[in-house]
This record gives sequence, structure tokens and C-alpha cells, in this order.
Amino acid sequence: MIFETTPSQTVGPYFAIGLPFDVGPFVVPEGTPGAIHLTGTIYDGAGVPIPDFLLETWQADPDGNFADVHDRGGPSQIDGFRGFARYGLEDGDGTYDILTLKPGPVAGLNGQMQAPHIAVSVFARGMLHRSVTRIYFADETEANASDPALSRVPAERRSTLLAEPVDGGYRFDIRFQGPDETVFFAI
Amino acid sequence: MTDQLDTETGGVRVIYDPIAETPTSYRREPEDAHPPPNYEGYKSTALRHPKQPLIYLPQTVTEITGPQLGPVLMGENDNDLTVQHEGEPIGERIVVFGRVFDTEGKPLRGTLVEIWQANSAGRYKHRWDRWPAPLDPNFTGAGRCITDDEGRYTFTTIKPGPYPWGNHYNAWRPAHIHFSLLGRAFIQRLVTQMYFPGDPFFPYDPIFNSVRDPKGRERMISRFSIHDTVPNWAHAYEFDIYLRGPGRTPFEEAF
Repeated sequence: MIFETTPSQTVGPYFAIGLPFDVGPFVVPEGTPGAIHLTGTIYDGAGVPIPDFLLETWQADPDGNFADVHDRGGPSQIDGFRGFARYGLEDGDGTYDILTLKPGPVAGLNGQMQAPHIAVSVFARGMLHRSVTRIYFADETEANASDPALSRVPAERRSTLLAEPVDGGYRFDIRFQGPDETVFFAI
Repeated sequence: MTDQLDTETGGVRVIYDPIAETPTSYRREPEDAHPPPNYEGYKSTALRHPKQPLIYLPQTVTEITGPQLGPVLMGENDNDLTVQHEGEPIGERIVVFGRVFDTEGKPLRGTLVEIWQANSAGRYKHRWDRWPAPLDPNFTGAGRCITDDEGRYTFTTIKPGPYPWGNHYNAWRPAHIHFSLLGRAFIQRLVTQMYFPGDPFFPYDPIFNSVRDPKGRERMISRFSIHDTVPNWAHAYEFDIYLRGPGRTPFEEAF
């Protein structure tokens, strides 16, 4: 017998009571060699930053290994690598800042390599279901060119998935609507 | 998976091999499984949904793996919201319990269940909740629990009150508890709300009604359980949660 999933509901404006935790923004502990800041702003359809968003990320380490129990190229050998970040504030301003390591290429289930990427979920008041996107890296031109997920995205929209190098790490903004609307995925 | 006899209960206990139990793909969901991203009745959705169609992403190792956060986050009294302060919170003491399954009915063990809620007066302990209902110094309203080997979780808490919001004239949210589930894979992540049976605000609430399928709405309503009510202590509500289960996606579709 197949059951149906429990439907999604909005995270609402008050998730900060329960969901954020102290080390949530840290995919790796402070002081981890090679750690970078991934920062950005999340904009609504009027181009206004969304203060009450909750962002979560999931990624492989620089060797392409994940920090969990699954037997898929992993588990990560890097001390303290959690692979996961959660960022959301009671009094947010629309920006996020997580400390992480740049992921390496990840072997797919069929052996086809994926370019370095980070899976992202965005939740907020006014969102009845999470929005899922992926962060790729603008300085990985060659890997990006053969990435099987990016290749499904119309060429003119691919740039919305690229994090740009900045001092100390990368910047990746998310736009819900407008001419530069970020690409979101159905998974 | 192996079945072993649990000598304490005399029942069959399910023991998982976490690696062998990891599906390589998850079932795609029907279109109306979740609310539409742009739902007219809920005004804040207008500027907060993608306008472009979503792009279909074949599931990869990134989506079928996920964080195992439970042990990192659990603290003492995390699943009893009535003992987190000096005194007892005011309100109806309740036990909220249930099981987490995948869509094949298989219990999901070791998954983190997080809840947050308003107090018995319908007020959240949050800077931006300003409506004139009292805060309770003995109630924060946040809890965590990790499912056991049968997928079970239990919270002890106070029944939350309904509260007004600004969506439309005389708008009130039915009483609810927010639930967040990590599942065992990025793809299973779910945030939802648990409602109470027979709430008179149901017909007027656009968030509840954003789930268009009546059966879907029913899946968000807990069940009063006299059987699990603790005499002279707390009444009980049962709420089972279903996350996406293994799919039938041909291997060629994955990469």
C-alpha cells in the first residue's frame, strides 16, 4: 500500500523560536583550514529583501564526500564537517552568511560527474512549500559546462545559479521573481 | 532490514541497516500533494513564489543523502515543553505523539522532529508577535525529539490557542503546532503544521485550505486519543507524518 505524504505548510514568521541553533550557520567549525564565507541576500518579487527567511544547505566536502551514513562516495573524512547549514534569525535583514568549505565534484549515481554545487532550501512566511535551488560556482567554467543538472537549465538562466567569488568566499543572491529570477528545481 | 523478537514487548522489533535501507531514488509526488506556491487567499504568497516554472531535476546523490542532526541538537527536556522553566506553563497539558513513516508505510527511525508553537493564549514568544495576549514566563514553545526504532516521537506540551493575523478582516489561525522534519535525505525535508480535530476556524483559514485535496487537509489534523490520555495528568493527540518514500524511477533517469 502506498500512503500519501503529509502536505507542506508555511514555516510562518515565528520559526526562530524553534529552528535556528548556535552552530547552524557553520558547515565546518571556525578555524577549519580552507573555510569560506558564503553570503547573499534573498529578495521577494518587489526586489525587497525578505527578513524572515530560513535557509538550509546540504553539500559534499572538497573530496566530493557527504557527511552522513549513506554509502555514496562518503563519508567525509574532514573533522567536524557537517555538510549542513541552517540560517534564520528572529530579527533578520534578508542576508545570510554561512561558513563552509567549497565542495568538490560529486560522482552521480550513474558515474557521471557533477560540478561542485550546494543544495539549497528556502522557507519563509508566505511560502507554503520550500523552494529548492542549487548553488554552482562561477569560477568552475569547465565543470559547469558538463554538469548534467545545469544542462537542463536554459542557457540564458544559468547565471542565476552561479556564486561569484568575493573577498573571503562567494556571494549568491536569491531572487524570487523579476528578470533575474533564480532557477528553482522540482526534485 | 532484519526482524528480531523484542523480548521486552514480545513484539517484533525492526532493526535497520542504514546503508542497505537508503533508497537510490524517491517517489515523485502528485501535483496536488502540497499547496500551490501562489495561493490567492494567503496574500503573502504573491511576492514570495517563483513565477518561472520549476525545472525538473533528476535525483542525484545530493538529494538522496541528508544531514543526521539529531544527536547534535538534542538536549535535556527537549521533548517536554512544560518543564523548561521554573514553574509550569498555564493551559491544557497535552501529549502529542505519533510515528514518522515513508510513503510505503515503513517507519523512519532516528529522524529529527522539531516543533514550535504559541502558548495557551495564542501568543508566540517572538519579538514580532505583538498582539495583546499574555506571554507565559514558563513557556518558550520549542521542542525536539528523535524518532525511535519504530519511528515514534512524543512531546508533552500545552495546547496552543488560536490567534489573529493580518491577512484579511477578522482573520484567525486555527490552533496549530509547527512541525519540522529532516527525514533521512535532503529530498524528504518537510515543514508542516499539526491541527486539532474539529477546530471551528478551519473553514476560514487560507493556510489550512491552501491544501486543495480534502484528504490532504485531513492528514494535517491530529486525532484525539482517549486511550493514550494519561489519567489525572494530560490528554493526548496522535499525529502520524508521512515523508516521501522510495520511487520507481528507472535508473537511467538518475545521474
